[in-house]
Amino acid sequence: MEVQKFNYDNAIVRNFILATLVWGAVALLVGLVAALELAFPALNLGIEYTSFGRVRPLHTNAVIFAFIGNAMFAGIYYSLQRVLKARLFNDILGKIHFWLWQLIILLAAVTLLAGFTTGKEYAELEWPIDLLIAVAWLCFGANMIGTVIKRREKHIYAAVWWYLATFIGVTILHVVNSIELPVSLLKSYPVYAGAQDAVVQWW
Amino acid sequence: MNILFVLIGVSLFAALIFLAMFIWAVKSGQYDDNYTPSIRILFDEDEDEDEMKN
Repeated sequence: MEVQKFNYDNAIVRNFILATLVWGAVALLVGLVAALELAFPALNLGIEYTSFGRVRPLHTNAVIFAFIGNAMFAGIYYSLQRVLKARLFNDILGKIHFWLWQLIILLAAVTLLAGFTTGKEYAELEWPIDLLIAVAWLCFGANMIGTVIKRREKHIYAAVWWYLATFIGVTILHVVNSIELPVSLLKSYPVYAGAQDAVVQWW
Repeated sequence: MNILFVLIGVSLFAALIFLAMFIWAVKSGQYDDNYTPSIRILFDEDEDEDEMKN
C-alpha cells in the first residue's frame, strides 16, 4: 500500500489572517471616526470626503468585508483542509481569491469616500466592484467544492455543510440583491424600485 | 408586493438544492456512522513536518 504524503496550504491562511488584523484595525478606526463625527460634527471638516454620510458605509463595509470577510476565509481555509484531510484544491485560485479580495477592499475605500454609492445598506459598492466580488467569491467556492470532492476523509464534518450553505446563500444574496443596470462606470440603478428593492434586500 | 413571487421562487430553488444535497448525503452513507465523527477530534495526527515550510 502506497503511503501518500501531502501538506496543507498554510500560506493562504497566514495571508488572510494578516489581512484580518490590518483591516480590523482600519475598520475599527474608521468606526471611531464616524462615532466622533456624531458627537463632534466639526470633525466632518466641511468637506464631502470626510463627511459622516461617506465615512459610515466605509466603516460598515470595512468591518463586514475587510475584517470579518478575511477572518472568515482564514478560518474556512484552515479548518476545511484539515477536517477533510485534503490539501486545498488549487493554490492559484486561492491566490486570486486573496489578492482580488484586497483589491476590492481598496476600491471600496476609494469609491465610497469619493461618494459613489448605490444607497443600499451593506450593498453600497457600485457595479464594477460587485462583479469583482462575484469573481473572488466563485474562486472561493470552486476551491471549497474542489477540496470537498478530493477529500480523503469520507465523512463530511458538519461544519463543512455550513461552509457550503454559506457559499450558496451568499451567492444568492449577492446576485439577486445586486441586479442593477449600469448607466456609467460608477453609477447604476437597481432593477427593483423603492419598496420592492427593500423587500428583496432584506429578505 | 408581486416581488414576493420572485423571492419565494428563489428561496424554493435554494431549498431544492439543499434537499438534493441531503438526499445525496444520506445515499452516500454520510450518516451511517454516528460514533467515529465524535471521537475523531481526539486522535493525534502527526501533521507533516514540512508543513511549516509550506
